[in-house]
Amino acid sequence: MQALYAQLLVGLINGSFYALLSLGLAVIFGMLNIINFAHGALYMMGAFVAYFLLNLGGINYWWALLLAPIIVGIFGMILERTMLQWLTGLDHLYGLLLTFGIALIVQGVFQNYFGSSGLPYAIPDQLRGGMNLGFMFLPVYRGWVVVFSLVVCLATWFLIEKTQLGAYLRAATENPTLVRAFGINVPRMITLTYGLGVGLAALAGVLSAPINQVRPLMGADLIIVVFAVVVIGGMGSIMGSIITGFALGVIEGLTKYFYPEASNTVVFVLMVLVLLVKPTGLTGRAA
Amino acid sequence: MPDTAIAEAPARAATGGNILQVRNLEAWYGESHILHGINFDVNAGEVVTLLGRNGAGKTTTLKSIMGIIGKRSGSVKFNDQEIIRATSDKIARMGIAFCPEERGIFSSLDVRENLMLPPVVREGGLPLDQIFDLFPNLKERLNSQGTKLSGGEQQMLAIARILRTGASFLMLDEPTEGLAPVIIQQIGHTIARLKKEGFTILLVEQNFRFASTVADRYYVVEHGKIIDGFSNAELAANMDKLHTYLGV
Repeated sequence: MQALYAQLLVGLINGSFYALLSLGLAVIFGMLNIINFAHGALYMMGAFVAYFLLNLGGINYWWALLLAPIIVGIFGMILERTMLQWLTGLDHLYGLLLTFGIALIVQGVFQNYFGSSGLPYAIPDQLRGGMNLGFMFLPVYRGWVVVFSLVVCLATWFLIEKTQLGAYLRAATENPTLVRAFGINVPRMITLTYGLGVGLAALAGVLSAPINQVRPLMGADLIIVVFAVVVIGGMGSIMGSIITGFALGVIEGLTKYFYPEASNTVVFVLMVLVLLVKPTGLTGRAA
Repeated sequence: MPDTAIAEAPARAATGGNILQVRNLEAWYGESHILHGINFDVNAGEVVTLLGRNGAGKTTTLKSIMGIIGKRSGSVKFNDQEIIRATSDKIARMGIAFCPEERGIFSSLDVRENLMLPPVVREGGLPLDQIFDLFPNLKERLNSQGTKLSGGEQQMLAIARILRTGASFLMLDEPTEGLAPVIIQQIGHTIARLKKEGFTILLVEQNFRFASTVADRYYVVEHGKIIDGFSNAELAANMDKLHTYLGV
C-alpha cells in the first residue's frame, strides 16, 4: 500500500508540471494560435536561470521563483516581438516549425556549454525533510510543489476567467480586430500573454530543479507528454489543461503501480482514445 | 421609456462644428481597390447617414475611418487631427466608437462582460443606469451568454457597450439589419435620444425609410465614391433619384 501512495504522490508531482506547462501552452494557443514547441526549452531555461541565480549571484530559491519566470518571460516576449508576431494569420504549421527550431537552438546552446548530465540544485532549507502522514511518508518539498502548482494554476484560471483583463484576453481570442477597435492595444496584450505562458513554463522549471536536477534536455523529455495532455484536455481550454494535467499525472502514477510496462505509454493511449471519441479534446471547443 | 435620465445629462457637443472631415479616402482589401476617393464631412451633434447598395463601400468607409482596413490613403481628420495613419486602438481612444454590422458579440463572455469590455476612453460616457434605462432587456439578461440573446437584444448590447466609453462620435453599421419592425422602431428611438444627448452619429443604412426618421443629412455611396448628398429637408425632392441610386 505504501508503494501505491508513493506512486500517487509521484503522479501528483508529475501532474503539477504537466498542469503548469499545459496551462502555459493553452494560454499561448488560445491567444496567439501558435503551438509553442519551444515550451520545453523555456521550461529548461527557467531551471537554468534558477541555477545561475544561485551559483553566480547567490540568489536563493525563493527569489528564483519570482525572478526566473520574469527573466524567461522577457526572453519569450523578445521572441514574440522579433519572430512570432510575423506568423499572425498563417497556418499553424509555420508556428510549430519556428518554435521547434527555437527549441533546438536553445537546447543546443545549453548542451554545448553544460553537456547532457544534470547539475545539482539543492532543496531550500525550509522545505527539507518529510512528514509522516501515518499511511505514507511525504517529502515536504514534493508536497510544496503540488500545493504551489495548484495555487498558481487556479490563480491563472481566475485571472483569465474572472477578471476584466481576462475578459480582454478571451474577447481578443475571438475577434482581435474588434477588441483593438475598442481601444485596447491587442499586439501588446499578445506579447504579454506569451510572456505569461512562458513565465509559467519557467516557474515549472524552477520547481522541478531540486527534484529532477538541471539538464539541457529536461524540457525535451517532458514536452511530448505535455502536448498529449493539452490535446486530451482540449487546445486552448484553461480549466481543461489544469484538470487533465493533474489527472493524467495521477493516472500515470497508478499505471506505474498496477502495470509498470504501460506507464510510459498510457498518456498516449488515452490521447488516441480521446481523439477518436472527441477530436476537440475533453473540454475543447470546435474550431 | 422615461426621458428623465437623458434630459439631465450634459450635452456632448454643440451642433455645427466640423468633427469629421474625410478627403479623397481610398481603401483596398488585398489587391481589390474598394474606395476610390471618398469625400464628406460630419458636423458635431449630427446624424449623418451613408446610403447605398450592397457592396458600394459604405462599411469599408466606416472601417477605414476606424483604422481597421490595413491599406488606405487620403485624409481623415477627427477634431482637426489627422488619423489616417493611426491604429484602431489609438483612434478609439480619441473618442470614436464603432458598432459593426455583425454586432461582434463575444460568445465566451456573458452580457455583463460584453457590456463592460470596451474601456472608458474619456469622461462623459453614459452610466450603467442610463444604459439600462435605454435598454431595459439587457439588465435582465446580464448573466446570459452574449450570443444567447435574440438578434434585437444583441444589437442593443452592441450599441450599449460603446455608450459607456465616453466616445462622442458613434459609427453604427446597419443597426437595423435583420431585426423585427418593433425592434427597429426601438433602435430608431434610441438613436434619436442619443442625438438629443449630444452624440454625433455616422450611420450606414440600406433601409432609408428608417434612416429618414433619424438622419439630418445623407450621402449616397456608389462604386466606392460619394455621388450625391442632401439634407433631410431635401429628402422628398430627391426621392426619385434615391430610388434610382438604391434600386428600390
